[in-house]
Amino acid sequence: MTPLTSLDRPNSYIGRSVPRPNAKRLLAGRGRYVTDIRLPRMLHAAFLRSPYAHARIARVDVDAARALAGVHLVATGADLAKICTPWTGTLDHFKGMTSEPQLPLPLDRVVWAGQAVLAVVAESRAIAEDALELISVDYEELPAIVDLDAAREPGTPRVNPAGSSNICFRAQLDSGGVDEAFASAAHIIEEEFSFGRHTPVTLEPRAIVADYDPDGGMLTVHHATQTPYQFQDLYSRHYRIPEARVRVIAPDIGGSFGLKLHVYHEDMAVVGLSILLGRPVKFVADRLESFVSDIHARDHHVRARMAIDADGRILAMDVHDATAIGAFSTYPRTSVVEGNQVIRLIGAPYDFKSYRAALEVVFQNKVQTSQYRAVGHPIACAVTERMVDLAAARIGLDPFAIRAKNVIPDDAYPTASPTGYRFESLSHQVCLQRLREIMDYDALRAEQSELRQRGIHRGIGIATFVEITNPSPAFYGVGGARISSQDGATISLTPSGEVRCAISVTEQGQGTEAIISQIVADQLGLAQEHVKVITGDTEVTPHGGATWACRGAGIGGETALQAARKLKANILEIAALVLQEQPAALNIIDGEVVNAATRQPRLAIAEIARIAYFRSDTLPPGTQAQLTVSHHFAPQGYPFAFTNGIQGCYVEVDADTGFIKLLKHFVVEDCGRIINPMLVDEQVRGGVVQGLGAALFEECRYGETGQLLNGSLADYLVPMAMEMPDIVIAHVETPTADTALGAKGCGEAGTAAASACVLNAVNDALAPFCASINAVPITPARVLEALGRF
Amino acid sequence: MKARAFSYRRAYTVDEALDAHASNGDDARFIAGGQSLVPALALRLQAPRILIDINHIEELRGVTREGEWLRIGALTRHCEMLTEPLIAEFAPLLRAAAPFVAHPAIRNRGTLGGSVALADPASEFPAMMLALDAEIEIAGASGRRRVRADEFFIDLFETAAAPGELVTAIFVPRFRCNQRICFDELARRRGDYALVGCGMQATCKDGLIEGIRIAFFSVGNVPTRARSAEAAVSGGRIDAERIAAAQAALDSDLAPPESDEVPPAMRLHLARVLLGRLLGRLGEVA
Ligand SMILES: Cc1cc2nc3c(=O)[nH]c(=O)nc-3n(C[C@H](O)[C@H](O)[C@H](O)COP(=O)(O)OP(=O)(O)OC[C@H]3O[C@@H](n4cnc5c(N)ncnc54)[C@H](O)[C@@H]3O)c2cc1C
Repeated sequence: MTPLTSLDRPNSYIGRSVPRPNAKRLLAGRGRYVTDIRLPRMLHAAFLRSPYAHARIARVDVDAARALAGVHLVATGADLAKICTPWTGTLDHFKGMTSEPQLPLPLDRVVWAGQAVLAVVAESRAIAEDALELISVDYEELPAIVDLDAAREPGTPRVNPAGSSNICFRAQLDSGGVDEAFASAAHIIEEEFSFGRHTPVTLEPRAIVADYDPDGGMLTVHHATQTPYQFQDLYSRHYRIPEARVRVIAPDIGGSFGLKLHVYHEDMAVVGLSILLGRPVKFVADRLESFVSDIHARDHHVRARMAIDADGRILAMDVHDATAIGAFSTYPRTSVVEGNQVIRLIGAPYDFKSYRAALEVVFQNKVQTSQYRAVGHPIACAVTERMVDLAAARIGLDPFAIRAKNVIPDDAYPTASPTGYRFESLSHQVCLQRLREIMDYDALRAEQSELRQRGIHRGIGIATFVEITNPSPAFYGVGGARISSQDGATISLTPSGEVRCAISVTEQGQGTEAIISQIVADQLGLAQEHVKVITGDTEVTPHGGATWACRGAGIGGETALQAARKLKANILEIAALVLQEQPAALNIIDGEVVNAATRQPRLAIAEIARIAYFRSDTLPPGTQAQLTVSHHFAPQGYPFAFTNGIQGCYVEVDADTGFIKLLKHFVVEDCGRIINPMLVDEQVRGGVVQGLGAALFEECRYGETGQLLNGSLADYLVPMAMEMPDIVIAHVETPTADTALGAKGCGEAGTAAASACVLNAVNDALAPFCASINAVPITPARVLEALGRF
Repeated sequence: MKARAFSYRRAYTVDEALDAHASNGDDARFIAGGQSLVPALALRLQAPRILIDINHIEELRGVTREGEWLRIGALTRHCEMLTEPLIAEFAPLLRAAAPFVAHPAIRNRGTLGGSVALADPASEFPAMMLALDAEIEIAGASGRRRVRADEFFIDLFETAAAPGELVTAIFVPRFRCNQRICFDELARRRGDYALVGCGMQATCKDGLIEGIRIAFFSVGNVPTRARSAEAAVSGGRIDAERIAAAQAALDSDLAPPESDEVPPAMRLHLARVLLGRLLGRLGEVA
C-alpha cells in the first residue's frame, strides 16, 4: 500500500486532478457564447474594410447603402468621433514612446489593408453586407511601408505623416563590462534571427453585443474578453458614461491567449453604434476579418553576439532586437511589451554578468501587434538557446553539458538576471536532470547516429526557459494604465450551506473556475460540487485584473484562498457560539463542523446557515453573523513570480522535401504549487502546440503592397492534431513563498520554449549537411533553401 | 460573411435540372455536395440568383459495372470511394487517393462529379481521371456525350462541360490484374491541398512497364499528365536510371506557376522527388 499523503485528507483538492465543472456543459453544446446572445430589437453591424495598406479617404458615397431596406445606420469616422474620445497606446514607463491617437473609425486616412473604414448597422448581418457592396469610397493611395527593415531606413516615407519618424520606441540595457568580456573571450558566436508574424486564431472569434439604454443611461456590453473590468473602465471613460452605469459581461469564451484583452476599433465602434441607435448591436468578426483585424504578434529581427570562455562558460551577450508593430501601438497595454520582454528575457536562465541590449520598435502599414501567449518569451528563448547550441558546437560540448555548466545553480537563490529581473527560487539544474531522464537522452543520441548511417536525419533539441507570471503593478500600473494587478472575491455561505464565490479572475476555457472551486472547497472543508464560482460580470464580482500574464492561479487563487479562510473563521465563530466552544477547537470537514482534535462531527454548516439567516433570534444578543466576506489580494514581495523549465524535442527532417516530422516532445516545468495537475498538463500541452505552430506552420505573409496573402484558415496553417507529437510532461514544484498558496503561472510555459526547441532540433538534424536555419517558421522552402536543393 | 440571398430549386431529373439552369442563364449554379460552392457563396465570391439542387436526381447515384467500364454516378460521395467494394476492385486508384481529399466531414458530402466538374487543379480526383484514362459523361441541351479526361480539362476551372451542362457520371476502364497503381502527395498537414501530388497507373508484363499514365496535381492551371516522364519509364523495367530519366523529363512536362509560398523551382523539385519515390514503389510491385 502506498503511504497516505496530504491528498488523502478529506476535501483536499489542492494538488488533485479533478475534472472542470464546466467541461461537460461546454462539450454538450450548452455553452453560452456572445454569438449565442439574441436580445430583443438587436441589430447587426458589418464593416467596410480598406483594400489599401495606406491611403487617403478622398470621398465617401453611402447614399445607396443608407437607402437599402433593413439598414438602420451607416456611420463614418466623424459620426463616432462626436461621441467617443480618442485613445493613445502609450504608457509612461516606456520613456519616449509615441503613437498616434486612435478613433473607432478613421477620419481621413487608412493605415493598413483590412482596417475598418465605415460601419453599417442593419436588421441582419447579411443585409448589412449587402449594404457594404453599395458603398463607394475613393481612395488616394499613399506609399505603404510594409517591411520591418524598410520602415527603419532613414528617408523612408512615414507611416504617420504627423510623426517625426517611424520609430515608436527605443530602449537600451547595459549591465557594463560587455566590451571587456568580448575582448577577453575565447570564442564569439554571432547570429541573426528572424521571427515571422503570427496571430492567435482562437476557436471563438472576437464577438460583442453592446446594448445602450438611453432612458437609464446604462450601457451593457456582452463581450468576449479576458478583462471585463478593463473594458468597463474604457467604455466609461471614452464614452463618458459613469462607471457604475457600465456593465461588461464576459460569458463563455472560446479561447483568448491575449487576443481578447486589447481595444479593437470595431468593438469600440459597436458601443458607439448602440449609443447612436439606442438599440443592441452585435458584431462577430468572421474568420477573414479576424486575420486582418485581430492583433498579430512576434515579427522580430534579432542580431545576437555571445562571448564564451575556452571551457564554454558564457561571459556576455550583446543583442539588438528590431520589431515592427503595425501603424499604431495597441491600447491600453501598448505594442512594445513584447520587445521589452525579449531584451529582458534573453539569457535569463544563465549565470553571467555582462549584458547589453538595444530595442527598436517601428511602425509599418500592417495591423497592430500586441500581447499574445508567452509575450516575447519564444523569441528570447529561441535566440538564447540557439546561441547556446552554437556555442556548444563551437567548442564540442554536448547541449546538456553546456547548459549544466551555465544555468544559474539551484542553490544560488535569491538572485537576479543581468537585466534586473529578480528570481526568488528556480530549479534549472533539477529540471535539466529530469529532462535527460524522461527523454532517455543517451538512447536517443544512439538511435540518431545509427539512423544517420541509413540516410534518416533526426535531430534532438533542448531549450531552457524562464516565464514571467503573477505580475505586480510594476507591469502596467506604474505606466499609468488602469489595469489592476489585484483581484477581489466575494464569498458567501448560502442558506442551504453551500458556497458561492464571485471572483474577478475570468475563464476562457483554461479551467480558472475549476481551480477556484478547488481552492475554496479545500480551504473551507467542503465537497467541490458545493462550491459555485461566478466570474466575468462587472455587476457581480469585485474589481480585479482578471486573467492574463499567467496570474489566474497565483493571484486569483490566493485571493480565493484568503477569502475562504476568512469565511471559515466567520462560520466557526457562529458555530462556537451555538456549540458553546472556542472557535479554535472546531474545524470544518465535508460541510460539517467537527471537533478539531477528534474530528467528531458536531453540526452541519447548513444548520449554521439556517440559524444565521432565519433564526438569528436564537443567537446571543449582539451577534451579527457575517456569512458573506470580500477579500482583495495584490501581489507583494517579488514584482513577478518567475517560473522555469526545460523542453526537449525529437524531429525528423526529410532532406529531399524539406518536410519536418515532430516525433516527440518533452517538458519539465516548475510552476510552484500545482493546484490541478491535469489542468496544468493541458495548459502546458496547449501551449506547446501553439509554440509548435509558430515553429513550423504559422506566418502572416504579406505582399509588397501590404496585402495579407494568407488570411484564411485554408492558407494560414494552424497546428492540427495529426501533425502533433506526443508531449511528455514532468513537474518540479518550487512554491513561491510570497503567498500562502505558493502557486505561480503555467499557461505560457509551453509556448515559451517549444519553437526554440524545434529550431535547435532541426539544426541538429541538418548538422551533417553543414546547413543551418535561424528563422521561424521553419517551412519546407526554408529547409530546402538551406540545403541548396532548388 | 454571409451569402447574398438566393433562391433554391430542387431537381428530380437531369432534364429538370438542365431546364432550370437554362431558364436562369448565368445566374444559376448546380449544387452537389456544396463543399466548394457553399464556401464560395459565404465569401461572396459567387452570388448566383438560384441554386439548383441535384442531390435528389436518382440517376446520378450509384456505382455499377457496365461491361469493361465502371460507371460512377456523379453524386457518389468522396467517402464512398473508401467504402464501395466495386471501387476498391475496379478503380483502386480512386480509393488510394480518397484519404487525402480533405477531412471526413467534407468527404461525407463532397461528390466525385462536383470535384471533376469544378476541376480545381489542386484536387486529387480530377488528376486521377487522367491517370485512369476515364471518360466523363456530360448531359447538355443537345443530349449526352462522353469526353475523355485528356480532353476534358481545358484551363483553370474550365472544362469540356459548358456552364449549364451537367456531369452525370464518370466511366473508368475496369482495373485489370496486370495493372499497378501508386499515389502520394506532399501536403503540409493531413487533409490540406497538396504542394504537389501524383497518381499513376501502369500496365505491366513480366516485370516490364508496358504502358503508364502519370498525372500530377497542384502543378499548374489544370491537372497535368507527365507524358515525357511516362515515355521515359515505358517499355522497360523500372530502375534507378529510368527513374532519373523520368525525373529529368518532368522539366518539359510541368511548368509550375509563380506563388508566394512555393517558388516554381521548388515545386518542380518536389514533383521530381515525389515522382522518384512513387516510381520506386511501383518498381517493387511491377
Ligand atoms: C476545408 C475543405 C478542404 C478541402 N480539401 C480538399 C482537398 O484536399 N482535395 C480536394 O480535392 N478537395 C478538397 N475540398 C473540396 C471538396 O472535395 C469538394 O467537395 C469538391 O471539390 C466539390 O464537390 P462538391 O460535390 O462539394 O461540389 P459543390 O461544391 O456542390 O459544387 C462545386 C462546383 O461544381 C459544380 N457542380 C457540382 N456538381 C456538378 C455536376 N454534377 N455537374 C456540373 N457541375 C457540377 C457546382 O455548380 C459548383 O460550381 C475541400 C473542401 C473544404 C471545405
